[in-house]
Amino acid sequence: MIKAVMVMNTQGKTRLAKFYEYLPVEKQQELIRGVFAVLCSRAENVSNFIDAESIFGLDSRLVYKHFATLYFVFVFDSSENELAVLDLIQVFVETLDRCFKNVCELDVVFNYSKVHTILDVMIFGGQVVETSSSEIMKAVEEISKLEAASNSIALIPKSASGWRSR
Amino acid sequence: MGSQGGFYQSKEFLDLVKSIGEARSKAEEDRIVLGEIDTLKRRISDPDIPKRKMKEYIIRLVYVEMLGHDASFGYIHAVKMTHDDSLLVKRTGYLAVTLFLNEDHDLIILIVNTIQKDLKSDNYLVACAALNAVCKLINEETIPAVLPQVVELLAHPKEAVRKKATMALHRFYQKSPSSVSHLVSNFRKRLCDNDPGVMGATLCPLFELITIDVNSYKDLVMSFVSILKQVTERRLPKAYDYHQMPAPFIQIKLLKILALLGSGDKQASENMYTVVGDIFRKCDSSSNIGNAVLYECICCVSSIYPNPKLLESAADAISRFLKSDSHNLKYMGIDALGRLIKISPEIAEQHQLAVIDCLEDPDDTLKRKTFELLYKMTKSTNVEVIVDRMIDYMISINDNHYKTEIASRCVELAEQFAPSNQWFIQTMNKVFAHAGDLVNTKVAHNLMRLIAEGFGEDDDTADSQLRSSAVESYLHILGEPKLPSVFLQVICWVLGEYGTADGRYSASYITGKLCDVAEAYSDDETVKAYAVTALMKIYAIEIAAGRKVDMLPECQSLMEEFLASHSTDLQQRAYELQAVIGLDAHAVESIMPSDASCEDIEVDKALSFLNGYIEDSIEKGAQPYIPESERSGMLNISNFRNQDHHEASSHGLRFEAYELPKQTLQSRIPPASLASTELVPVSEPMYVRESYQTTIVPSASSDAGSTELKLRLDGVQKKWGRQTHSPATSTSSSTSQKTVNGITQVDGSNTSNSRTRETYDSRKQHVEITPEKQKLAASLFGGSSKSEKKPATGHKIPKPSSHVVEKSHARKSSMEIASEKKASFQQPPDLLDFGEPTVKSAAPSVDPFKELEGLLEPTTQFASAENHGSTAAATKSPDMMGLYTETPAGIYDKDDSDILSGLSNPPVTNMFGGTTSTQVAQSSKGPNLKDALEKDALVRQMGVTPSSPNPNLFKDLFG
Repeated sequence: MIKAVMVMNTQGKTRLAKFYEYLPVEKQQELIRGVFAVLCSRAENVSNFIDAESIFGLDSRLVYKHFATLYFVFVFDSSENELAVLDLIQVFVETLDRCFKNVCELDVVFNYSKVHTILDVMIFGGQVVETSSSEIMKAVEEISKLEAASNSIALIPKSASGWRSR
Repeated sequence: MGSQGGFYQSKEFLDLVKSIGEARSKAEEDRIVLGEIDTLKRRISDPDIPKRKMKEYIIRLVYVEMLGHDASFGYIHAVKMTHDDSLLVKRTGYLAVTLFLNEDHDLIILIVNTIQKDLKSDNYLVACAALNAVCKLINEETIPAVLPQVVELLAHPKEAVRKKATMALHRFYQKSPSSVSHLVSNFRKRLCDNDPGVMGATLCPLFELITIDVNSYKDLVMSFVSILKQVTERRLPKAYDYHQMPAPFIQIKLLKILALLGSGDKQASENMYTVVGDIFRKCDSSSNIGNAVLYECICCVSSIYPNPKLLESAADAISRFLKSDSHNLKYMGIDALGRLIKISPEIAEQHQLAVIDCLEDPDDTLKRKTFELLYKMTKSTNVEVIVDRMIDYMISINDNHYKTEIASRCVELAEQFAPSNQWFIQTMNKVFAHAGDLVNTKVAHNLMRLIAEGFGEDDDTADSQLRSSAVESYLHILGEPKLPSVFLQVICWVLGEYGTADGRYSASYITGKLCDVAEAYSDDETVKAYAVTALMKIYAIEIAAGRKVDMLPECQSLMEEFLASHSTDLQQRAYELQAVIGLDAHAVESIMPSDASCEDIEVDKALSFLNGYIEDSIEKGAQPYIPESERSGMLNISNFRNQDHHEASSHGLRFEAYELPKQTLQSRIPPASLASTELVPVSEPMYVRESYQTTIVPSASSDAGSTELKLRLDGVQKKWGRQTHSPATSTSSSTSQKTVNGITQVDGSNTSNSRTRETYDSRKQHVEITPEKQKLAASLFGGSSKSEKKPATGHKIPKPSSHVVEKSHARKSSMEIASEKKASFQQPPDLLDFGEPTVKSAAPSVDPFKELEGLLEPTTQFASAENHGSTAAATKSPDMMGLYTETPAGIYDKDDSDILSGLSNPPVTNMFGGTTSTQVAQSSKGPNLKDALEKDALVRQMGVTPSSPNPNLFKDLFG
């Protein structure tokens, strides 16, 4: 199962962190810092895998991918396949890209809940449930549509367009 | 950014993110965030806050907490948001609570009711959001509250909901298997779901269930195989294609499951061979995901009952991985190799150079994986090289976690395969000296036990040799500063037990050393205690032997210090020492018999020696002791309490609605009783659409015959397949394939192996290989392959030298041609590389291979001993090179030197004889040294003989 998903920028600022097992905030921060320290020390052109047992405890592996200013990090156990997780990151990023049209770091920061929505469609309770980018998009779009619809009913119509989520 | 018309958050949030982004230091960031928290605290408690503002605040709160600050003041507001009617607000609320809260948080009780309600919502998104929360926030105690609703959702018309409900059920199973054990059959049912997404998601829980209990899922083998077959035949919707691969993620999960089901089960495995073979063939190895599937195939093949043809494909795939430039693929290749060598150890050999490349790769992850592989393939023939490498690496890293791991592996390998006592002791010394504080104390105790008991043979002299070499090395090591505490404990113990045993060291010398230890590490109580006890043993042995004991003055002062120590343990030991010294030989002999550390001490657990004392006390009127289990009065009370507690825990919270008892009853019953006959777990007709029913009805009716729930493969096939496909054809094709498999099995592994090797070698011939690596490879893998080398040599010779050995009668002439060629290039000594063939021709009556093989053995054996001799010269080269420095002198007879004299280097030959001249010549070769060595190593690899020693070794000597 997937233990955690993190997105952080190259300066070590967390952009997204989702742990599928509950951890207190302090512990989460500690892990994120630990991961970042390892990521920093990695050279270019090496593998995308890190043995994460010293950070996350027994039976944990870490796969990361570096896109522009962001690191996408997935932590998981032996029931997943490293190369496949690497592609899962790819799917995630592709979906973000489709969703935000040329995704950049700030999209992730400002559309926090949207990114979470995408992730929730992909990974549920630590298990990968959806791997098709177009299916994810479909689901996310439907959610946005319905959310917007429920908004315009529930709230004053004129403000709805101003801040509706994308 | 801003691609769709501005951020929906306010400017404030934008500013916050910006200012945090621009913060120069952690302190500055903290200051900004704390300011933000203040603002939020103030605003969020405002009662008339508009909903949309509230949503933004909650998002900001989540952001703040993600940065590591406490946002608990806002949790309650997030909970409140989940009660909202607006979907957007509700979803935000659920998102926030799943991020903020854990399943044991106090606020959960306020959410459970909402979740219950939302799970029944008509809006599927609300149900989805609630299921999300269920996964994260429901604990064992609250499972019963939502279970009925979740089970209902398993039959929801929306596939997204069915998927999530399945996963939620799985989550319940993880948290408390007993609470949903009657619902496990639902996972099987979802496997036949007509939405491939749901089916794919169901594989996750099934994988876990099968991991726990393989046997009860054996009946699904055919279903999984058939699903996998359909996936590979592209019967799933196009949406699941990824990089032109049909649903690779589903393939991977299925292969994982098959690997579990086929492990050690020949019958089950036979069903899988065809489809796995198909995947091997169809897989696109140019894309990352294709390789992921290939890797999974290898794992599957190495787990199920072996099939030679598949093993061959797996070996092919591995060699592709290892030869790839991508570190990721190399990593997977190494991992896969580690799996496959368990079944066919011989394949490691063909990848030896790749493995060594990985070992020297700058990528730490890859390096570690390679060490893992080496650890798996360690044998008594290569243990020295591998453990040396491991220790070198261990010394070079800082990561304590991994250091510990690798240290314990070194110890394990050393214990298992140590070629000699001396090597073992030295290895342990190195491990302790560099990672002493990290290794488990058990390892230290193990070492002491090993030294005490010897290696299990009945050979007493070997044991005492081991001990005296241990004592000697420890006395030597004690001179070094800053030894780890654990190591010192071992040293003290060994010196105490065996310091004077072989009579080489006097008691006063050893006691002096022990006193030095106790003084030097005066802040380590444990070491001091060990030292005092060791001293006591030495003195006891002396007294028992009837010799007079004089305590050294420094020892006396030490004892005085300990007698007044704050540590009671130390004090007691010191007093005991004092007492022992005052006793006569006979008494000492019986308290401290020499070398009795291995004797079993019988522990009288009943404390029978106290019986007399007890009787006395009872006579004097004491109450007799009643064992706990027989204390009747107490028992009742505790039992009662237990019961009470039990009831409380099972009925602590009532989640069922009071007003509608019938409904809840209904929804709680179905799974167990209805499961066997009905596909839909909860028969709620309102959910089941027309289309859904049509797919279910035929399968349900076909199932009517059997009482047990079974998967209907035909149903599965119809769902995704083109309608023309019938199950009959698929089975017939698979049986025909099976017979094919049977035939190939007869083929045996020999042909297949040689074939792969051939292809592999032809590809690798032009790769340039450094001599060091060659040698390392030979020492790592050589031992394993000796037996195979003879017949297989033909395939293994790379082009440049192949003509030399190809035909023995043409050997000489071709060699001469080669020599002339080389000579014209101004590297006469190159010829020496072909010294081996010459040797063979010099002694034609004996089978040269046999003889040389025999020579190989002793070489490696005394190599370790000789190593020390040659280290002075071999400053530049690693130890393992020493393995090849010894050339059996017998090989190089006069003929040899004759030929050498034909080369342009006669004086050297005369001075040093055959062997050394080789090195000198090689070292003087200049730029082509590498070339020559390469060939040399390859020749050796063929199993001819370890001939020329390491050139670097002699470079130093001869300039």
